[in-house]
Amino acid sequence: MKNKVAYFGVFTAFALILSYVEMLIPIQFGIPGIKLGLANLMIVIMLYKRNAKEAMMLSVVRIVLAGFMFSNLFSIIYSLAGGTLSLIVMALLKKRESFSVMGVSIAGGVSHNIGQLLVAMAVVETYRVGYYFPVLLIAGVLTGALIGVVSNEVLKRLRGVDLG
Amino acid sequence: MKKNDWILIAAVLVVAGIFFGMHLLTPGVKGGVAEVTIDGVLYGTYALDENQTVTIRDTNRLEIGEGKAKMVWADCPDQICVNQKAISKEGESIICLPNKIVVSIVGGDKKTMDAVTY
Ligand SMILES: [Zn+2]
Repeated sequence: MKNKVAYFGVFTAFALILSYVEMLIPIQFGIPGIKLGLANLMIVIMLYKRNAKEAMMLSVVRIVLAGFMFSNLFSIIYSLAGGTLSLIVMALLKKRESFSVMGVSIAGGVSHNIGQLLVAMAVVETYRVGYYFPVLLIAGVLTGALIGVVSNEVLKRLRGVDLG
Repeated sequence: MKKNDWILIAAVLVVAGIFFGMHLLTPGVKGGVAEVTIDGVLYGTYALDENQTVTIRDTNRLEIGEGKAKMVWADCPDQICVNQKAISKEGESIICLPNKIVVSIVGGDKKTMDAVTY
């Protein structure tokens, strides 16, 4: 039990560092508040080493903490939408076992961005954000692939390490 | 990588390609207007073929010239709207989230045959 809490703390810390790194990367998608989702890396690892429930917990804790530390309420709402949708999709795909970490992570990246876009559409009450849609899809594939490669390596090294 | 991973990637890219293609194929509209909404409420519409500067509630300034609309000034902290490129095609938009302002191009009903034969 003690062990589990300690690992959770370490994961949260890593996820916060990634959120900070993300803030420093000057990539904009034309819609304010939309982010790459690098912290998804820790979520993917948590999902594979533990389970969907703990990954969800990590996701929410990370988003709220990062939101208060680095940004504002808007970005918390964006991130929650992106993070939650992404986690649901990843958990479902992982269960089916016909996707590797790469596929799961890419689906996570794409749905992360779709979730954020949906919030953006709701906030500004417009349906005319279609122009950004393809950009966000491709960005999701790229970040998802990047996270997939890294998670794969990390998971290989963590093989045999029992978290909690 | 499993087969399904590749299928997933291909599917996403195809969808992105379709949306992107649709965007490129949408003709720049003669007689199109820039529609400005604040918090979802229509603030005003401005013809694209008329050069003008529109001040939106003292928080943003939109400039229309050469058939394009561009946000040239805003008091928002992120300045993302100002950094966006000029828009001219139907469906394109500039969003200033802090001020809840959306500028989007609306083509009226002249976007298909008329525009082609023009
Ligand atoms: Zn702005």
